[in-house]
Amino acid sequence: MGQLLLGLINGAFYAILSLGLAVIFGLLNIINFAHGALYMAGAFVAWMLLNYVGIGYWPALILSPLIVGAFGILLERTMMSRLYKLDHLYGLLLTFGLALIIQGLFRNYYGISGLPYQIPSQLSGGQNLGFMFLPNYRGWVVVASVVVCFGTWFMIEKTRLGAYLRAATENPALVGAFGVNVPLLITLTYGFGVGLAGFAGVLAAPIYSVNPNMGADLIIVVFAVVVIGGMGSILGAIVTGYMLGIVEGLTRVFYPEGSAVVIFVIMAIVLLIKPEGLFGKEAR
Amino acid sequence: MMKKLSMATALCALTAGAGFAQGIDVKLGVLNDRSGTYADLSGEGSAVATRMAVEDFGAAEKGINVEVISADHQNKPDVGSNIARQWYDVDGVNAIIDVPTSSVALAVADITAEANGVLLDSGAGSTSLTRDQCQPTTVHWTYDTAALANGTGGAVTKAGGKKWFFLTADYAFGHSLEENTMAVVKDNGGEVVGNVRHPFPSQDFSSYLLQAQGSGADVIGLANAGGDTVNAIKQASEFGITQAGQSLAALLMFVTDVHSLGAETAQGLNLTEAFYWDQNDATREWSARFEEQMGAKPTMVHAGAYSATMAYLAAVEALGSAEDGRAIVAKMKEMEFDDPLFGKVTVRGDGRAIHDMYLFEVKSPDQSEGEWDLYNQISSISGDDAFLPMLEECDFTKK
Repeated sequence: MGQLLLGLINGAFYAILSLGLAVIFGLLNIINFAHGALYMAGAFVAWMLLNYVGIGYWPALILSPLIVGAFGILLERTMMSRLYKLDHLYGLLLTFGLALIIQGLFRNYYGISGLPYQIPSQLSGGQNLGFMFLPNYRGWVVVASVVVCFGTWFMIEKTRLGAYLRAATENPALVGAFGVNVPLLITLTYGFGVGLAGFAGVLAAPIYSVNPNMGADLIIVVFAVVVIGGMGSILGAIVTGYMLGIVEGLTRVFYPEGSAVVIFVIMAIVLLIKPEGLFGKEAR
Repeated sequence: MMKKLSMATALCALTAGAGFAQGIDVKLGVLNDRSGTYADLSGEGSAVATRMAVEDFGAAEKGINVEVISADHQNKPDVGSNIARQWYDVDGVNAIIDVPTSSVALAVADITAEANGVLLDSGAGSTSLTRDQCQPTTVHWTYDTAALANGTGGAVTKAGGKKWFFLTADYAFGHSLEENTMAVVKDNGGEVVGNVRHPFPSQDFSSYLLQAQGSGADVIGLANAGGDTVNAIKQASEFGITQAGQSLAALLMFVTDVHSLGAETAQGLNLTEAFYWDQNDATREWSARFEEQMGAKPTMVHAGAYSATMAYLAAVEALGSAEDGRAIVAKMKEMEFDDPLFGKVTVRGDGRAIHDMYLFEVKSPDQSEGEWDLYNQISSISGDDAFLPMLEECDFTKK
């Protein structure tokens, strides 16, 4: 029971990160390999806000995703927007290169061992649930992640803005003809997806080591989550994120040595049986 | 005309010969991790420490021309092996320094023996370097897994931590550290109630910590390193493990790891090191000079690179040549070193450097007076107690 809950908490991180990836891929057709680096940047920005400006955790939770999102918009405008007409591969190479550069810069200035970031005092301590000790902070992570994931899903699937977005990816020329500023929409979407990564980074800062490689360690798993859920499927990314967190958590109890592999085994099986992913639409 | 030419040639040869007799050329290669997990605890810092040793030894005044080069082995044995071969065969390197990551160190030790160079290892932990894979050209300077086990494992068990649960990184180094520590725990009347092996590297330890919590152990031994240890400790504090009465023993931790955790999270941890910057005037003075160049305090790996280089240069000076690696290491084993950082050091027949090790406790935030003021020294462990006894077949002084 306790292990299930822990799995759910890890799933929360997978869900937010894969959600961002799915939004970007679904609406922009860019395979954003820089996602892990931007997640790391989110955690570092939170640390910088605290140590250079004296801004604590709660404002950082808002500010840091905004800063990372703005940085993402800059990248999109100056570089990625030139690649939309080309094959996926070019976007992948560009973002992969950007990820290496961002990581390298942080490593150069802050070293590799990581920086300390404390849990905010309101959330330190924990509750004894009888079957396990649940740190308050972990509870908060799950709540925050569920709210953000649901909010995003709702916005894209149920609101007028989301409808514009989906329409713009189907047929940008037609939507443009109706007077919608399509490039702006796409830029903001990228900024939003990247902002989600920054948000996950701030959530992670108090419990994981804040170091330049923290994103690189996670991004491969998150990509597997997106593939299993179905590339570009928003609901798929969310559900699969939580589900795989639980599966991984259980593997840690019954066969810990295999916990790094289990997600990829599942990915292979899913690809064999249902190549478009669990929630993916048939390839058009 | 011919006569003049040959005269000139002879003159040239004479002067060149005279110059060679006065100066000894030494080329040192610092090979370590410059970009990955171990880049802060070794990395450029070890190259800086090596250059400081060359300067402090007064090599130039003694007619020894030393050149220091460095490279990144990326923690990969194949990359490390290629660089080592290139250095010995093409670039004329005489000694390779540092080499953290045991798998890389063992590969480089073999190549060094083949090339008759010298390996002055500071960063790696595996006891195999001076035991089952010992070489006449290896000197293992700073620490090994047995010393860590004896230091932290012994102290914690004697202090009443009888029941142990191990959280072990699932690769050679973790297994070796776990095995050494289990032996020490049992020798001191403790017992091992369980262990779990986690993939390397891992982000989330909560699941393993919960298993450790349920095991009823007094002590959770962390047989891992770097980011894994930092994450495990951070999360143990979050899950209230230490508040609930279980204690943590971080079997390998460097001052950079503790700095990264902060005193708030790391306070009370026991750990074993060969060197801490704030031990005496000599270490403080040296560390301040190091910090000027690196912007951070040195780890024991940096200090080891410095003092191993000093010892090596002393042997080279005594022999008057850096060509024969076996002869230099044999000379080092005859000498006694009084080192500003490590105190009295001797090198045993198997290449193990014998010096004191120290048991430290991490200060609480109220005790700590600066960001690097992190340790209280609890006790010192004499070199003979800290390291494993020598294997007969590895005693190269008798061969």
